[in-house]
Amino acid sequence: MSDTLVEIRDLKKYFPVMKGVIFQKPIGWVKAVDGVSYTIGTGETLGLVGESGCGKTTTSKLLLMLEKPTSGAIIFRGHDIQTLEKNELKTYRRGVQAVFQDPFSSLNPRIRVGDIIAEPVVVNEPLPKAQMQERVQELLRLVGLNPGASNLFPHEFSGGQRQRIAIARALSLNPSLIVLDEPVSALDVSIRAQIMNLLQDLQQQFGLSYLLIAHDLAAVLHLSTNIAVMYLGKIVEFGTSDELRHKPLHPYTQALFSAALPSHPDEQREEIIIAGEVPSPLNPPAGCRFHPRCPFAKPVCSEIEPALRSATNGHQVACHLYNEPS
Amino acid sequence: MTEPLLDIKQLRTYFVSAKGTRVVKAVDGVSFTLNEGETMGVVGESGSGKTVTSLSILRLLPPAARIVGGEIWFAGENLLTKSEREMQRVRGSQITMILQDPLMSLNPLFTIGNQIGEPLRIHRGMRGHSLTERVKELLRGVRISSPEVRMREYPHQMSGGMRQRIVGAIGISCEPRLLIADEPTTSLDVTIQAQYLNLLKDIQLRSGLAMIFITHNIGIVARMCDKVAVMYAGKLVERAPVRTIFNQPAHPYTEALLNAMPKLTDKTERLWSIEGQPPDLSNLPTGCPFSPRCPKAEDRCHREVPPEYQVGDQHFTRCWLWERR
Repeated sequence: MSDTLVEIRDLKKYFPVMKGVIFQKPIGWVKAVDGVSYTIGTGETLGLVGESGCGKTTTSKLLLMLEKPTSGAIIFRGHDIQTLEKNELKTYRRGVQAVFQDPFSSLNPRIRVGDIIAEPVVVNEPLPKAQMQERVQELLRLVGLNPGASNLFPHEFSGGQRQRIAIARALSLNPSLIVLDEPVSALDVSIRAQIMNLLQDLQQQFGLSYLLIAHDLAAVLHLSTNIAVMYLGKIVEFGTSDELRHKPLHPYTQALFSAALPSHPDEQREEIIIAGEVPSPLNPPAGCRFHPRCPFAKPVCSEIEPALRSATNGHQVACHLYNEPS
Repeated sequence: MTEPLLDIKQLRTYFVSAKGTRVVKAVDGVSFTLNEGETMGVVGESGSGKTVTSLSILRLLPPAARIVGGEIWFAGENLLTKSEREMQRVRGSQITMILQDPLMSLNPLFTIGNQIGEPLRIHRGMRGHSLTERVKELLRGVRISSPEVRMREYPHQMSGGMRQRIVGAIGISCEPRLLIADEPTTSLDVTIQAQYLNLLKDIQLRSGLAMIFITHNIGIVARMCDKVAVMYAGKLVERAPVRTIFNQPAHPYTEALLNAMPKLTDKTERLWSIEGQPPDLSNLPTGCPFSPRCPKAEDRCHREVPPEYQVGDQHFTRCWLWERR
């Protein structure tokens, strides 16, 4: 086990639902993230899996400090980031970068690629022009692009190449953590493998940590060290990707595996197709939030909310099936 | 064997620029057949011509596109010789299509009931009570609860999965013989996607319609299809029954596509990636379009376009590697 880079403790983010135009008052709360805890070690990848609306993206926004948490703590290298001074905060922001899903909207079409990649450096630690250029060319080579590309505009590149540019920009400040929000889902199949291999190479070369958000289970399993499965703002299962691949415990995780597409027409799988859709986070069901859709729900599931407990070593699950309430 | 329901012969659809100087061969010599009750998967990357192929079948191409050659035989008639009026009687009645984004294909200003009833009013001339009953039946068929209430609602009141099911209900309302689904589940979550694919399979079992699944996801093909056509840069590079494609891919591109996918069941250390970029259709390489990225390419591949070879039972591929055998 490597040393911890980021620890998230009981993180919550509630969004108010307002009523009225001038005298607005909250009439309810959307509990987007509701008591999430996890750690990411140096050089590790944590994969967040779940359906839309389960709080994956909100979690990453909290980590990037784009949203303020309602409660809970984010501890980065032993310091709570909410108590950091202005200078330390700048160091933190440098250390945590992001690559987004759609490389067509995450790159400014009016800026040359060289300037896009240089921008974080210019803002944070300005270098002399010659050195700056060298740095940009080095980054372009790192992500497998021609160094001559720095004078071109984003529209001159294909989707996969643009995603490489976005990765180069994220790397420009030598971060220790990169948030990858669906980094390959907008790309063509033959390009996806290229980008996934590139991400793995960079991780090995620089000892980067990744927070990977994706809904493609096979891709997440392939890239991650640990995986957290989220459902309606809570983590329902946490374990290493090998554990999860061979022994998914939570019925929701099992359903996700069964719903994932086969890689061969003869692949036989247990069919657990869950009915219904994700309920509104505005008014989540009482007890276990998954119980209305769960094929194994017991009476206790609608009353008591199961806590996340260790099942086997390092494998945690929040489900009444795995602990008989005494 | 009986005559296939759909028989496409050497279809060529080109996009021509306004002055006629630039020609983009979006679909270039595509042939395949589809029988009643069968499902075919058309796989390929963006720009490989999958969508243009399906739009050519319905003759719903954008103004710049022209079908310059080939034949499309559907139920014994050549669709390319039909007049626009005759085509209108085919679309939505005999052949229907489900598009990727249900928010784009539903009209936000009309109720669900109205939109499901539209093809029935136009093609079947249904009105009044019988129309309402049929719409309810269709909504129940795609597992939407309380259809009486739902049919008076608007698309924005539904979730993405429900909207896509409604588009499905519109698609099957006139009991078509062929349903073309263009990436029908890309915008859906995995569990909803599984529900939707099961629903389509059920509908097919009940009504015996033929389906064409256009997708870039090999997984959907593995789950849903009886046969597969793999497209690359406007050409159909391989077609075969689904198990043959997965067990003995003949074309290097198909093989690479299968290997580039991470597996759910066992761990692969490194994915096999296809180097390079998909080609620009307006500036295709000479020879086989896949040759610049092909690990097995020989001199000849860079010079001449390979013809289609038969490599097995119902198994065809366009690759020079198969010439000697």
